[in-house]
Amino acid sequence: MIRLAGIYKSFGAKEVLKGLDLEVPRGEGLVVIGGSGSGKSVILKHIIGLMKPDKGGVYIENVDITGLGSRALADIRKKFGMLFQMAALFDSMNVWENVGFVLQRQGGMKPAEIKERAVEKLKMVGLTGVEDLMPSELSGGMKKRVGLARAIAHEPEVLLYDEPTTGLDPITADAINDLIIEMKERLKVTSVAITHDMSSAYKIADRIAMLYEGRIIESGTPDEIRNTANPVVRQFVTGSAVGPIKVEGVDHERHFNRA
Amino acid sequence: MIRLIEKFGRLIILFSEELGRIMLLLAETLKQAVIPPLEIRNTFAQMEEIGIRSLPVVLVTAVFTGMVFALQTYTGFKRFGAESVVGTVVALSMTRELGPVLTGLIVAGRAGAAMAAELGTMRVTEQIDALETLATNPVKYLVLPRFIAGLVMLPAVTIVADAVGIIGGYIVTVKMFNTSSVVYWKRTWDFLVTGDIYNGLIKACFFGASISLISCYKGFFTSGGAEGVGKATTGAVVLSSMTILISDYFLSNLLFR
Repeated sequence: MIRLAGIYKSFGAKEVLKGLDLEVPRGEGLVVIGGSGSGKSVILKHIIGLMKPDKGGVYIENVDITGLGSRALADIRKKFGMLFQMAALFDSMNVWENVGFVLQRQGGMKPAEIKERAVEKLKMVGLTGVEDLMPSELSGGMKKRVGLARAIAHEPEVLLYDEPTTGLDPITADAINDLIIEMKERLKVTSVAITHDMSSAYKIADRIAMLYEGRIIESGTPDEIRNTANPVVRQFVTGSAVGPIKVEGVDHERHFNRA
Repeated sequence: MIRLIEKFGRLIILFSEELGRIMLLLAETLKQAVIPPLEIRNTFAQMEEIGIRSLPVVLVTAVFTGMVFALQTYTGFKRFGAESVVGTVVALSMTRELGPVLTGLIVAGRAGAAMAAELGTMRVTEQIDALETLATNPVKYLVLPRFIAGLVMLPAVTIVADAVGIIGGYIVTVKMFNTSSVVYWKRTWDFLVTGDIYNGLIKACFFGASISLISCYKGFFTSGGAEGVGKATTGAVVLSSMTILISDYFLSNLLFR
């Protein structure tokens, strides 16, 4: 379904992706884990064509999208729905206009029909009675739900999640995890999530891949990752400041001396 | 000395880069303008924002500019007995210069700042990325309506400013200095040719398009959170005002010689 082959991407002098390979078969729920600033979001943005690689190919159902024009790309994007980190709701529109945005853009539907469809999608993500509110009136968790309702409004085949649980309290975060699982089961979508929240990753993933220094260094089922022998992955999933991964700007001698 | 040249060179490179990116945005905007469907609803909303909502400030500015112009010319020209041409001076300066330039500067400060801030916020909160993922071209959806609105509404507001400025001049010359109303209007119409109004409006079109393009550019390529939005907004107002003032000279040179 989705294949990234030998992706290189730099921003200025900073090389973020260095020959990244990643494949997501249809129907799989993949979670990419990695530290802050390791380029996880960059992967998602490549999959949906918001960024173009310096080198390498992005294949969606065996079509390389890196060379496509904006209209062909728009067609490919109809297969995708993306939930943004801060939900990225359009703050000039109310909730149902946000959810029904794609339907309104495609044309051919009356506003009343669009609203009906939007209310239906909102119900799918567990929201009722919010359709006439403005995004600024919603809590963080509700915004994510509305963002998800907007992402599924056009019935996509792939859902992309950019840090779905970041910034939420543990209970709301878990409710979002349940929702992600529900979406996968009910809508039969392929999903790619990026996160550094391990409890979320274990819960929603069929497979977890770890991004480190611009490449996928290990990938496996949640259980395989939990019991990994790779010291880098181990340090990350157990959440330790001491280990092969260096925290930027921290004096590591000091840590070791104390230990 | 070498360091000074280096610095100057870097400045030129930066300027060319920015100009190049603005031109690329212009090219993309023009390309989107010929691909249907057109964003009619958005365009009208922007026309209201840029045109109708700028009108009160523009009217106040224009009427007082007309008035002070009449006041200064009347008292000044009286010294050599030429107070009868006040109408001509006010009419020519309003239509050829002050109408378009003042309107442009006001719209740059009002609507240009708003555009840069709105698009900048949309960029840093990923709303522009969201538009793309929802199969919507952000240049078509956001930039093109503002570009058309600027191009159309600035001349529309300018022509009102021209008229109101001339009326302001009339109030001062005729009502305050008790001169003949007939002379004021005769002097206005005798020397004012359609070309004056026309070319003034061409300038206004150019200013309107520049304000929208520059402000959208600044907003569209914002980075760095709230601070970035602030910088984009300031940058939009400064760059569009400078563009208006500098291009005004060259356009006048081209149109009025």
